[in-house]
Amino acid sequence: MTTMLWLQASGCGGCTMSLLCAESPGAMEMLEDAGIRLLWHPALSVETGDEVRRLLEEVAEGRVALDILCVEGAIARGPGGSGRFQMLSGTGRSLMYWVERIAPRARHVVAVGTCAAFGGVTAAGGNPSDAVGLQYDGGLQGGLFAPDWRSRGGGPVINVAGCPTHPGWVSETLMLLAAGEVVALDGYARPRFYADHLVHHGCPKNEYYEYKASAGELSEIGCMMENLGCIGTQAVGDCNIRPWNGEGSCTRGGYPCINCTAPQFEDPAHAFVETPKIAGFPVGLPTDMPKAWFMALASLSKAATPERIAKNAKADRVVVPPTLRRAK
Amino acid sequence: MTRLVVGPFNRVEGDLEVSLSVIDGVVARAEVNAPLYRGFERMLPGRDPRDALVITPRICGICSISQSAAAAAALAGAMGLQPTPAGAAMAALIHAAENVADHLTHFHLFFMPDSARPDYAARPWHPRAVERFTAMEGSAQRRAVEARAELLHVMGLLAGKWPHTLAIQPGGVTRAPGAREKVRLGSTLRAFRRYLEEVVFGGPLEAFAALTTMEDLMSWGRGDVGLFLEIAADLGLDRLGRGSGRYLSYGAYRLAEGPVFAAGVWDGGARPLAPDGIAEDLSHAWMTGATAHPFDGLTEPDETMAGPAYTWCKAPRLNGLGMEVGALARQVVDGHPLARALAGGGVLARVAARLLELARTQPVMERLVAGIAPGAQFIAQGRVPRAGRGAGLVEAARGALGHWLRVEGGRIESYQIIAPTTWNFSPRDAAGVPGPLEAALEGVPVTGPGALAVQHVVRSFDPCMVCTVH
Repeated sequence: MTTMLWLQASGCGGCTMSLLCAESPGAMEMLEDAGIRLLWHPALSVETGDEVRRLLEEVAEGRVALDILCVEGAIARGPGGSGRFQMLSGTGRSLMYWVERIAPRARHVVAVGTCAAFGGVTAAGGNPSDAVGLQYDGGLQGGLFAPDWRSRGGGPVINVAGCPTHPGWVSETLMLLAAGEVVALDGYARPRFYADHLVHHGCPKNEYYEYKASAGELSEIGCMMENLGCIGTQAVGDCNIRPWNGEGSCTRGGYPCINCTAPQFEDPAHAFVETPKIAGFPVGLPTDMPKAWFMALASLSKAATPERIAKNAKADRVVVPPTLRRAK
Repeated sequence: MTRLVVGPFNRVEGDLEVSLSVIDGVVARAEVNAPLYRGFERMLPGRDPRDALVITPRICGICSISQSAAAAAALAGAMGLQPTPAGAAMAALIHAAENVADHLTHFHLFFMPDSARPDYAARPWHPRAVERFTAMEGSAQRRAVEARAELLHVMGLLAGKWPHTLAIQPGGVTRAPGAREKVRLGSTLRAFRRYLEEVVFGGPLEAFAALTTMEDLMSWGRGDVGLFLEIAADLGLDRLGRGSGRYLSYGAYRLAEGPVFAAGVWDGGARPLAPDGIAEDLSHAWMTGATAHPFDGLTEPDETMAGPAYTWCKAPRLNGLGMEVGALARQVVDGHPLARALAGGGVLARVAARLLELARTQPVMERLVAGIAPGAQFIAQGRVPRAGRGAGLVEAARGALGHWLRVEGGRIESYQIIAPTTWNFSPRDAAGVPGPLEAALEGVPVTGPGALAVQHVVRSFDPCMVCTVH
């Protein structure tokens, strides 16, 4: 049996809501099947008030063994380092205080969502509450915990980043940990099973991307990289390989990927839905591709764009179907 | 007199602390504290106005679409843009799906698990409540989570994902559904109706929506709704935590022909809504500044957290009066006879109004899907002006949600938000008048370590604390 405690720090609760969208199995069946006993979750458990205060104290003192600590939301350090922008109600103490006490007791610590991982939207726009991630402050190592901090099991905080996280990312991380498997992590401590993919992989707009047949306005089905701020070619996530809510993803929904799995996605220094350009060329180009090659290929492919693709890119649905090759 | 602090207060969305002064076993005075401050209203100024569509939904993971809809409406106001009729209909469908999912989540995950507590072991209905509603394990709860996840396929089809979508825009929606999407949405909604009728209501939704009196309601006797009503009758939940009977609704699901559920104020009789009379009082919030209409409001936190303030929550008032908002308010204002019969009621009225709204909203979603005309125009394009202002007034599951935006120099100059629970869980105002929950808690008996009656009253409002302070 694996024990798990879930705390909601300074965030929106959306990663829990997203987890409840898990299907086959649902979130509760997943925990049960993985042998995870949830000690407490603020949205799901029956215990309230002093029942919870006692439990938290027992865990913090090491009298109740804790295998997995999940933290959802950033850690508010303000005002003045006191953490009082988020008090854990009924305890007279900040949420920051409780996380500092409980995390060292956990065998694994999981930051659920971009806020818990890096600060996320809670740290946007001047960061009014002085919020940080558990082990990152934006893209810099060292958040609430120092870069060399390790959980009882010897690993860093596992950053299941995403705004929100995909229910599958959380489920699979927890199932791996409960099974005693290694969760391989990327350079921002995100599980590689989803962070090794780009949102671009499997994007239904790939053919438009190939020809740089671009959407000019939201709802047009062309590629959104050139004009509408889409950074799916740089953003990690298997969003277009495994669907969201049945068969969705941001780009399938007709709006750009805003790189929500990345540190500091919340402050892109330009409007989210507008691509910054220099001399007509998008500033952010795909990762792992030499710039000159990209420009050369882009101008070639743009010149070679078939009419079907050019027309469809500017429409809100397919208006020209693929040419049929008649059987001979 | 004894002082009692209830917290951590779970099975509400976000952080909540309730302080009670208890005299002779009943609450004499309640103070409600929203103990989380993030400062969204300070993150937005200086940004491109369209960024509000990314940032404000992330105030809340459970009311995300409502925040999108309010931001889109505020931007549309500033742009002088009207959504296309088809775009407004799809935005309404996406919004209704979230509100319905939220009502279901509240009933099964947040409210009913308390009925399975051992405190009620002597009650005749307790074994059934344990089987259906035990937290994490009850059969009704698990089925509800499954049905909710399937219903939210509406989001996968129309909104990309849930929560936190960019699909709702000032001029409509970003994805144009075709015939294939139309039949798939219809199929998702039929499955959800089957679930509601077979499991939750145990009968036709139209029959529940046709109820007009308390007597009719209490004799429904079928499904998990019937079990709730049996429990409510036994525990006297109609008398517990009664409200002022003053209700506010901005009107839900604004289609080209008007809102599906009417906008207005109810105070013993129907009154028109005049949003100019809204102001936020900061006397008991850890905020500095004067009482102001949200177009002129400021968010300047008092980092010393000095008294007499006791919360980060501001106190919104309409013409100086606190207002209860939510499904009960919405249905009373809309004029539904059962809701009018429930007006002024307590725990039972609030929960029953949510169930009534579930039964009434399912057919609304079905009509919106039936009305999809593939090939229609689902979005109108527009540009944000250099200067302008707009208010986005919508109905979240939990009630009236408003965004007030001012644009200057092409950037956000000011952005103020009043969320439903800001109304319901507001602190006292300068005159010392308590907010709706604080007033509803006065006189509630405090028995047992968990003060269960207090918990029922608090949860009956379905608070969303992350929205409250934002």
